[in-house]
Amino acid sequence: MANVSSEYAVQMHGVTKRFGSFYALENMDLDVKRGTIHSLLGENGAGKSTLMNVLYGLYQADEGEIFVNGKKVDIKNPNVAIANGIGMVHQHFMLVDDFTVTQNIILGNETTSGLGVVDMKKARQQILEIVEKYGLEVDPDARVSDISVGMQQRVEILKTLYRGAELLILDEPTAVLTPQEIEELMTIMRNLINDGKAIIIITHKLKEIKASSDTCTIIRRGKYIDTIGVEHVTENELATLMVGHEVKLVVDKEPAKPGEVVFEIKNLIVKDDRKLDVVKDFNLQVRKGEIVGIAGIDGNGQKELMEAVNCLRPAAGGEILVNGKPIANTTPRKVIDNGVSTIPEDRHKRGLVLDYTVNENAVLERYREAPFSKNGILNRKEIENFTKELIEEFDVRPDDCGPKRAAGLSGGNQQKVIIGREIAMDPDVLIAVQPTRGLDVGAIETVHKTLIRERDKGKAVLLISFELDEVMDVSDTIAVIYDGHIQDVFKQGTVDESTIGLLMAGGKGNE
Amino acid sequence: MNKAEYILRKPFVKTLIAIVLGFLVAGIILVIAGYPPIESLKALFDGVFSSSKHLSNVIIKSTPLIMIGIGVAFAFKTGLFNIGAEGQFIIGCVAAVVVGIECDFHPVIQIPLVLLAGAVAGGLYGGFIGLLKARFGIHEVLTSIMMNWIALYFSNWVCNLDRYHKPDTLGTYTVNKSGYTKILSEWKMTSEGKETLLESEFLTNTLLKTDVNTGIIVAIILAAIVSFLLFRTAKGYELRAVGFNRFAAEFAGINVNKNILHSMLISGAICGLAAALYITGNSPHSIATLSAFENYGFNGLSVCLIAASSPIGCIFAGLLFGGLIYGGQSMQYAVGAPSELINIVIGIIVFFVALTHVIPILFAKFSKGGKKHDK
Repeated sequence: MANVSSEYAVQMHGVTKRFGSFYALENMDLDVKRGTIHSLLGENGAGKSTLMNVLYGLYQADEGEIFVNGKKVDIKNPNVAIANGIGMVHQHFMLVDDFTVTQNIILGNETTSGLGVVDMKKARQQILEIVEKYGLEVDPDARVSDISVGMQQRVEILKTLYRGAELLILDEPTAVLTPQEIEELMTIMRNLINDGKAIIIITHKLKEIKASSDTCTIIRRGKYIDTIGVEHVTENELATLMVGHEVKLVVDKEPAKPGEVVFEIKNLIVKDDRKLDVVKDFNLQVRKGEIVGIAGIDGNGQKELMEAVNCLRPAAGGEILVNGKPIANTTPRKVIDNGVSTIPEDRHKRGLVLDYTVNENAVLERYREAPFSKNGILNRKEIENFTKELIEEFDVRPDDCGPKRAAGLSGGNQQKVIIGREIAMDPDVLIAVQPTRGLDVGAIETVHKTLIRERDKGKAVLLISFELDEVMDVSDTIAVIYDGHIQDVFKQGTVDESTIGLLMAGGKGNE
Repeated sequence: MNKAEYILRKPFVKTLIAIVLGFLVAGIILVIAGYPPIESLKALFDGVFSSSKHLSNVIIKSTPLIMIGIGVAFAFKTGLFNIGAEGQFIIGCVAAVVVGIECDFHPVIQIPLVLLAGAVAGGLYGGFIGLLKARFGIHEVLTSIMMNWIALYFSNWVCNLDRYHKPDTLGTYTVNKSGYTKILSEWKMTSEGKETLLESEFLTNTLLKTDVNTGIIVAIILAAIVSFLLFRTAKGYELRAVGFNRFAAEFAGINVNKNILHSMLISGAICGLAAALYITGNSPHSIATLSAFENYGFNGLSVCLIAASSPIGCIFAGLLFGGLIYGGQSMQYAVGAPSELINIVIGIIVFFVALTHVIPILFAKFSKGGKKHDK
């Protein structure tokens, strides 16, 4: 933690943010010098976005102080942040598609002449000045729906500059850009800092940090780890710092005794909503009695891969086999009936009917089966008894939650209900996507133990997670996904985290 | 959450508050319009409760509203807004009239046949909307509204066919008497029947002076069946799961599109059944050329809203609605207040029902004294 000084564009000291009993940020520090690009590095859910949302006034910190140019400020809402020269470009752009670039930029901050009439001419002129100054190439008269993603991002940057931003926060700015657009963005960023502005970029792409940033602060599980000058470290070292060792969860397990291949994906191709291939020639095998973990950064095709496996999205090519039986392009019901159970990534959207009771949710796939229903009439008693057992076995709290709405449970307990339900299906293949997202340490342990127990029962378990620790610790076989295909596959213990970290970020294995 | 707040969150209490507020605001509007509010509202209540004839008429008026309310509620539970109830009701009427005129069997066959015709026609008409939604993703509100107009003009076309059009009137022939669902409709018109009924004032008022029919019994049974279907059967579980969260339902292997189709089919069938019972139970037992919607469907929608989509609740909400409409006429006789005012009252009640979700929240906010913003 640096001393408070006007040398710094922004300083956040001792920031703590709790959500219920969960610490999203704990005594976090961040010091960003003027005229520098400062990256904030951490895994998904480490607290990067929370920290930035605190800075931008979207969240209120429970503890801690914020200084802008050496002066203490109380950022109650984004308007205060903007007034203090802080601007934020969100990962998902917030633009009105049907408005022109100029209209979007001035929206909420319209230049008016006299009686509240918008002075478009003047606004346009001001925008062009900024465009000129920083090399932000945009057409002020184009409609946002007609321009490229890269240009939309420049519009977002312009928006913050138009409001007088001295510090720009860019949330995952390269996630949606092509390599050429990334180059352009880097140039713009350099122009901005040369003018004395400061930039914070939130990212987990190591290569880009090396290429763009001066300083890097590493955050892990809401805690401050280190701030280092980027030129002094290698990508490998950054990866190690990001993933960390000391908070490693110890997972006890016997060596796997893999049997025959139960679940197999061959040459799978899946398109996203824009009809682009996002899963490309994907191959994977999962054997009986083993856990295969797929490590990778969010947005490398995991979502579409799972949607194809669950038949929520068509496979454009290739095969998905369960016990040798093809299941691709059938129906979600067929997938379940073939012995595949999935713990979905988004438990509120896919995992639970939040307005249903826990009882009702416990039989979401099996309400039609005996003994839960007979001749099409639900047997409430049986459903209740089944849920009671599930609640007891998985320690769902409160233990009388059966007749209550699932929405009332905490995230961890909701997850326990889903896991209990899926395991009770006695599947051949158990797929867990981000099964510990947003859970506390105790619940994470339960989930991991459960996965290993199911493996020992002879199930084929597939784990997809953005938490490298989790994949490394729980899996017997580790596959790394990048850009829609498997980069490499390792046996547990034959590979270190920085190698995987590099592969996840698109690097080559033995650089 | 304290006790008062808990009570305020009860749906029944919320609805009651809405009704009271509705009458309060109606009173204010009456004052503004220059009518004595107490007398006017008294006339309204007298118009409902002062005689068993009135009560009987309220029930008759309410029956189709209750049933349509249940139909709309059914679709609501699957997350669909069946604003097409109006059209399904019209088509149900047309089918009931056509079959009721064409066929003339013994009542044991004729009545079920006519009712079935109405239900099937309404069901197919509603099901088509569901099909468009399931197949092509066209929003049901859009198609429903268009289908309502198609129903209206189709009804008028049938009305003017030589085969059905009764000369020198605006309507069709009446359906054959064998299809009537009025209680003792034949017997009470005989001199023997009249004599027997006139001995009792109550029976005179209810049976002789009104079109008492079996519809309300069907409506109550229907509410029970629909409740059972929705909450006790596997099919109902599916339908509601799709309504609450179609993504989770889809993930769990429930066929979302099939359930959308089924929901609209059943919802439409209930509206069609309401129509057939209306035709067979109420004079003139025929359809007439329509220049505008009769609003049975739309009023049924309001009933469903007041009942918060509860099938059983629809019985009470329908009676309330029917009572307001019927009693509103008395208000006009007694103090000369235009009957349009009663529409305002109904509108306000629906408005407050929608708004009552806010009441417990406001209550909670004020009782906390704005502590929320402190750290």
